[in-house]
Amino acid sequence: MLKSIRSIAAADAKLTMAHMFVAFTALLLGATAGLLQTLVRSGKVTLPAGIGYYQILTLHGVVLGLVLTTFFIVGFVIATQSKTAGEYSSKERKFAWIGFSMMTAGVALTATFILLNEASVLYTFYAPLMAHPGFYIGLTLVIVGSWVEGFVIFHRHAKWRKENPGQRTPLLSYMGVITMLMWQIATLGVAATVCIQFIPWSLGFTDTIDVLVSRTLFWYFGHPLVYFWLLPAYMCWYAIIPKIIGGKIFSDSLARLSFILLLLFSIPVGFHHQLTEPGIDPFWKYLQVVLTFLVVIPSLMTAFSLFATFEMRGRELGAKGLFGWVRKMPWKDVRFLAPFIGMVWFIPAGTGGIINASNQMNQVVHNTIWVTGHFHLTAATSVILTFFGIAYWLIPSITGRKLTAKLNKLGIVQTIVWSVGMAIMSGAMHWQGLLGGPRRSAYSEYAGNADTAAWGSYQIAQAIGGSILFIGMVIMLVIFINLAFFAPKGQEEFPVGTVADIAGPTPKVLENWKLWIGVTCALILFAYTIPFIDIIQNAPPGSPGFKFW
Amino acid sequence: MHMHKYEKIWLLFGTGTLLVFLIVVGISAFYMGNQPPSCAVTLDPEKVDSTPPFDETGLKQIGENEYQLTIVASAFNYDVGNKDKLVQIPKGATVHFNVTTKDVVHGFELVGTNVNMMLEPGYISTYTNTFDKPGKYTLLCNEYCGTGHHLMTATIEVME
Repeated sequence: MLKSIRSIAAADAKLTMAHMFVAFTALLLGATAGLLQTLVRSGKVTLPAGIGYYQILTLHGVVLGLVLTTFFIVGFVIATQSKTAGEYSSKERKFAWIGFSMMTAGVALTATFILLNEASVLYTFYAPLMAHPGFYIGLTLVIVGSWVEGFVIFHRHAKWRKENPGQRTPLLSYMGVITMLMWQIATLGVAATVCIQFIPWSLGFTDTIDVLVSRTLFWYFGHPLVYFWLLPAYMCWYAIIPKIIGGKIFSDSLARLSFILLLLFSIPVGFHHQLTEPGIDPFWKYLQVVLTFLVVIPSLMTAFSLFATFEMRGRELGAKGLFGWVRKMPWKDVRFLAPFIGMVWFIPAGTGGIINASNQMNQVVHNTIWVTGHFHLTAATSVILTFFGIAYWLIPSITGRKLTAKLNKLGIVQTIVWSVGMAIMSGAMHWQGLLGGPRRSAYSEYAGNADTAAWGSYQIAQAIGGSILFIGMVIMLVIFINLAFFAPKGQEEFPVGTVADIAGPTPKVLENWKLWIGVTCALILFAYTIPFIDIIQNAPPGSPGFKFW
Repeated sequence: MHMHKYEKIWLLFGTGTLLVFLIVVGISAFYMGNQPPSCAVTLDPEKVDSTPPFDETGLKQIGENEYQLTIVASAFNYDVGNKDKLVQIPKGATVHFNVTTKDVVHGFELVGTNVNMMLEPGYISTYTNTFDKPGKYTLLCNEYCGTGHHLMTATIEVME
């Protein structure tokens, strides 16, 4: 019998695992809801027992977009912080547990009102559709809880700096701080609209709500939200994958710089989700489109660094020529394969994103199912395959177990099943969207015209893809449960990459938080102040609440 | 900061392409007038039925083969001025859409065209489109508005 050796302190591992259990429960619920949606929209299935299509759609969005992601990310960053910046003090741990408890209580509250059909407002909860106050209060608890945990993560990083004066901070710890910093700044917007507008309004303290203000505050949060999902995947790509393939991080400073740029250009860009809305001046829409596109620069830097790492490692192993390195990669190691496939999917996913944000072209695809296809490539493929790729080593590594050859193989099967299912589902969504098919809609024949009748086969394809993805989800849960409870005890590596010798020293300015937080705030104020004042000053009379479900 | 020579070339190329792209988009928007729908006119969402032009929905000719089409959206209906929810226009017609909502946020998408905009209570959404191809175009709601969201529809028929 092998001894069980954990890669981080047992108490910290327990904390991370608590997040993982919530995250994977969310995966089960959310992916099941997703399957049902695709089946209903194929026109072949109707839901039993009075369950509404839009009720399960709300569940799907909330538990996957908000619960799975946030819990997984916070749990992952808690673990990388413990690994690279040191074990938490008992006080830090206590606060982290308080944060986790708030988040979990919030999820339970929100889920209850969705299941009671008191909150079928989808995860974007656009006013003036009015849900039960419990729905909004639950979401607030999730956010405030995540803030508490974010501060624990900041505190650990600051402590490390104090204990190691003048030294460069660990890369993963630095990246974890940026991830949570972006989250804290972005969630201020959604917290403001929920606490100042939605909660008093749904409780009846105010009669009306300013719709455009609420949407603007929501999208101030909504776009950085998607980068918040992406950054932990970047953490894995930049700082963990190099170790898994036996190579080195291409450049520490470029990795940090790209994280800083992502922080700067993730927030002052929300208008690109509101391009077709009345009441916002087109000049400011265009300005935010320009800021949106500046993320192209860190994205290019990332692509370069990752492939440079692969090539350097390949050449070290004797690869020749331009693409010789491809054959030297550890394709049979799921810890590499799953995130790598995620990276490859990010190429079409990012291209779609460029189309979406293109000022005018947005009008062709806005609110069509093309957009749904897009974020099922970014979030539900690139990001989630990377998260799965992390889970394969993280779960056994912190619980003192082994990723067995059999589970590794099952993970490879999972990656393939997920990719095939998503290619079919997301591909069909993209095409149907180009033909005008709307997102977030149950099966409908509309006015019976030829244009809408042509969508039927795409909707069937989505149901086929959705069914394959459901199988992929089941396989993932089997792996997760095995890794958490049944895999043999032992020691599994917690891979933390080291920097290549050819990389130069990291400039100190990259760790100047006051500077970067200041620039972030300045950019936000620049992009939002004038149009926001405009929106408030020229506001029409507010709207009462409606419950149309 | 140390940067590999190839990376400099790569970033220079990428940033250059980006600049060209943004300039093209900007010229299209500000010089050629291809702006996304951004009408800033407001009204009281509870008095839509008595506020012109929404007190009289439907098609109105305002010039040679030029029309104003006034539509009021509400859950789960587009009031296009008739019970059949069918608007017929001649081929080549230029239509100025004037649309608003009486209750929640709705979408306004005319399948197969560039007419695609959000309707928000208190705001008027406008867009102009010229219809060169005959046929039936489905108008539908592409923003979730409640249980009947997917049943919200009307037809615009472009006649030969």
